[in-house]
Amino acid sequence: MSVSNQQRNKHLLWRAGFGPAAEELQQVTTASHKTYYKALLNASSKTPAYIDVADDYLKGLVMGIDEIGQMEKRQLTEDQKKQLREKSRDGLKNLNLAWLGQMINSDQQLREKMSLFWHGHFSTRTINIFFQQQLLDITRRNALGNFGTMLREVSKSASMLNFLNNNQNRKGHPNENFAREVMELFTLGRGNYTEDDIKESARAFTGWGAAVNGDFVFRQNLHDADDKSFLGKSGNFNGDDILDIILEKKQTAIFITQKIYRYFVNEQADPDKIEWLADRFYLSNYHIEGLMTDIFTSDWFYSEKNIGAKIKSPIELIVGIRRMLPMQIQNEESQLLLQRLLGQVLFYPPNVAGWPGGKNWIDSSTLMMRLRIPQLIYAGDKFQVKPKDDDDQMMGRMDKNEAASIPNVNRKGNANNKPPVQQIMASIDWKAYLKQFEAVPRENLVAAVSGMVLQTFKGVDQSLLNNYTDASGRESFIKTATIQLMSTPEYQLC
Amino acid sequence: MLIKRKQFIQIGSLATASLLLPKFMKAFELPRMVPPGNKVLVVLQLSGGNDGLNTVIPVRNDIYYKSRPKLGIQKDSALMVTDEVGLNPALTAFKGLYDEGSLGIMNGVGYPNPDRSHFRSMDIWHSASNSSEFVNSGWIGRYLDAQCSGCDKPTQALEIDDVLSLALKGDKMNGIAMKDPRRLYNTSHEKYYKDLLAQHKNEDGDQTVDYLYKTMAETLSSADYIFEQSKLHPTSATYPTTGLGQSLKTIASLVLSDINTKVYYVSLGSFDTHVAQEGQQKRLFTELNDAVKAFTDDLKGNNRFQDVLLMTFSEFGRRVNQNFSGGTDHGTANNMFFIGGGLKQKGIINPMPDLSDLQEGDLKYQVDFKNVYATVLNNWLKADDQKILGRPFDHLSFI
Repeated sequence: MSVSNQQRNKHLLWRAGFGPAAEELQQVTTASHKTYYKALLNASSKTPAYIDVADDYLKGLVMGIDEIGQMEKRQLTEDQKKQLREKSRDGLKNLNLAWLGQMINSDQQLREKMSLFWHGHFSTRTINIFFQQQLLDITRRNALGNFGTMLREVSKSASMLNFLNNNQNRKGHPNENFAREVMELFTLGRGNYTEDDIKESARAFTGWGAAVNGDFVFRQNLHDADDKSFLGKSGNFNGDDILDIILEKKQTAIFITQKIYRYFVNEQADPDKIEWLADRFYLSNYHIEGLMTDIFTSDWFYSEKNIGAKIKSPIELIVGIRRMLPMQIQNEESQLLLQRLLGQVLFYPPNVAGWPGGKNWIDSSTLMMRLRIPQLIYAGDKFQVKPKDDDDQMMGRMDKNEAASIPNVNRKGNANNKPPVQQIMASIDWKAYLKQFEAVPRENLVAAVSGMVLQTFKGVDQSLLNNYTDASGRESFIKTATIQLMSTPEYQLC
Repeated sequence: MLIKRKQFIQIGSLATASLLLPKFMKAFELPRMVPPGNKVLVVLQLSGGNDGLNTVIPVRNDIYYKSRPKLGIQKDSALMVTDEVGLNPALTAFKGLYDEGSLGIMNGVGYPNPDRSHFRSMDIWHSASNSSEFVNSGWIGRYLDAQCSGCDKPTQALEIDDVLSLALKGDKMNGIAMKDPRRLYNTSHEKYYKDLLAQHKNEDGDQTVDYLYKTMAETLSSADYIFEQSKLHPTSATYPTTGLGQSLKTIASLVLSDINTKVYYVSLGSFDTHVAQEGQQKRLFTELNDAVKAFTDDLKGNNRFQDVLLMTFSEFGRRVNQNFSGGTDHGTANNMFFIGGGLKQKGIINPMPDLSDLQEGDLKYQVDFKNVYATVLNNWLKADDQKILGRPFDHLSFI
């Protein structure tokens, strides 16, 4: 089986982005993948704008405290704290949707895809909207830049310092959480350091903390300035020194390359390829764009075994549908409900290790939900499915589940064991999509649509599709065939 | 015009579904019925961190009342079970179960280096990992791996919910989540899915697409099986109309059938009582109490109470001191309830928490929850706990 130009380009677009957009379906068949990659890279070269959705009231609260010099959160009143939590919680929903919108509409596909990867790599859970915005900005700005720079910025971000308890890490009373995870999950990986290395480096990070406005603060009086020995070196190390020593280790380049390979190429790691990539990544002093170019311009990336071999994450699935089928969604929050039902809510990773991915996305409930989504969008079917509560997110409040419920329908989930009736109120703008198939003869339509929608080599049986499509007109046929193809197990793969 | 996909197949027998299974699945389509007397575990998760100290109350402990001048529950209103201990006033049925010897209370259950994030702590309880490890499978899921290797329907573990918990995800198999057998049947019984399944040809067992089709086949096959079973002996008892009431009713109907399910999983919440705890805990406990009352009465009436172990847990307890908002904040060790007709140890199984020996305001754990899991897996479910938990844990003797 040979890999066609179209398959190559789509493979690139799914892995280096969130799949082809309706209007580029034509050029997917004609352009070469090298040209395509250059275009993707160019489009992602600009520094992205800071995404700011924070409430003015909250800004006032946080700035006000800044001005009178009260740096500690505990100096907010109980009522202010409550306001901060509740408005932050709503703010995070807006931040989620705003970023999702970038993934769908931005030309910076490669950057946003890399940012999603780093979002799962430097994974935190904090309800503070400012901290989350700041961390997102760090990962988006550095997504294709220098890994060392990103690591240093993340390590000094309020989100990470708070999440991994470094505010409580002080001389004489070290908290090892940050020191442990920075090595285990962010750089070296398990087995490449000792428990003593954790203890010693935790001492070096003492005094690192964050102010209520998110600024990094170094509290000299809490810092342990005595000598430490770490990974075979000794000295009066501070946190920056520790990060430098970690980056000097080639193992860091290997660990990051492995993870990137498994995310962007294939879950099954290929040691030879990883070694070659990691060598070059290390020599380039952790230049991420270079690593990605090595991957996306190699021949082996486009080999058959790597195409259609990966299970889309819920975000990739949702964004992918929206790119291929431009649509207006009246209740945008319904996308948050889908994220919860499918097990990936932006800004709420399961733990500091991020989303495990791969087959972990799939169980009977998530698979059946995935198969229903295209139809729920297309036909606006009502459905009743209740996601699990997330107590970290809700802070003890009742889940109103306002996400996608229809006004004037009983919203009380608990009273009668029935979840609220929900609906995705979307209208698809089919024009650009349909245009791509104008020249295709009727008898080739199924193959053409299937070739655009699916990434697997073996499609879905044509006669079966004919039983489930509306053949009353050419347009309705293309529409229904597309929706049916998106409702298959094959569509879950990219 | 909308796509017509709502053409449900009306006949849903096991045989019909199996005809539609791809060939690679059919080989494993063996009936695995469980004989009456089948021991069943029901795990009831109290999500959000239930306040254990106001659940099982140390009514003669001055430190308790000093730490909780407003929230402390007075001896007069507690449901006294010993001279020292009273139950929360809303738990009248639990008091009844205690008196008849069908309730065990394990105090101070937790784990080393406790985590105070709901999600993370729940992760640790679900995966049965140490707090420094990240494990992507759950203890019941791994039980399923051991129990159901090569079987076609992972119905040995069912969660009564729309979304599957980590606890029921194995390394190879996943349990099934469903709110209601009929609804699961209806949503999975689209002809389109069956036709897709029938046209799929499995070519290479390692391919990801085959994994998806296998999950789909298992789901459809399980949906049929569960629905058929749920109609065999539906309970005629009256249950509360609450969420938990209806979930336990579903479980009871399945326990009374011939289904091969060994573990049921259901959650109630949110017990995250930072604010106005008294009202919130009372509301949830009333739902809990009434549902458990109906469930245990039903099982007794059908002579199955000795075969069922109902176990409650929460991801953590709460701090000993009340906070300033009429609530309590995240704590550590907590108590667990064991309910059933087959308990070997009843009543208060181990000492009440020592409030004079705290760790930064929190209870120290006396029992690792993994010892509880090991005991239940080994003594009750007759499974290889060491294999499932990845290391040996001493067994306790409550069951």
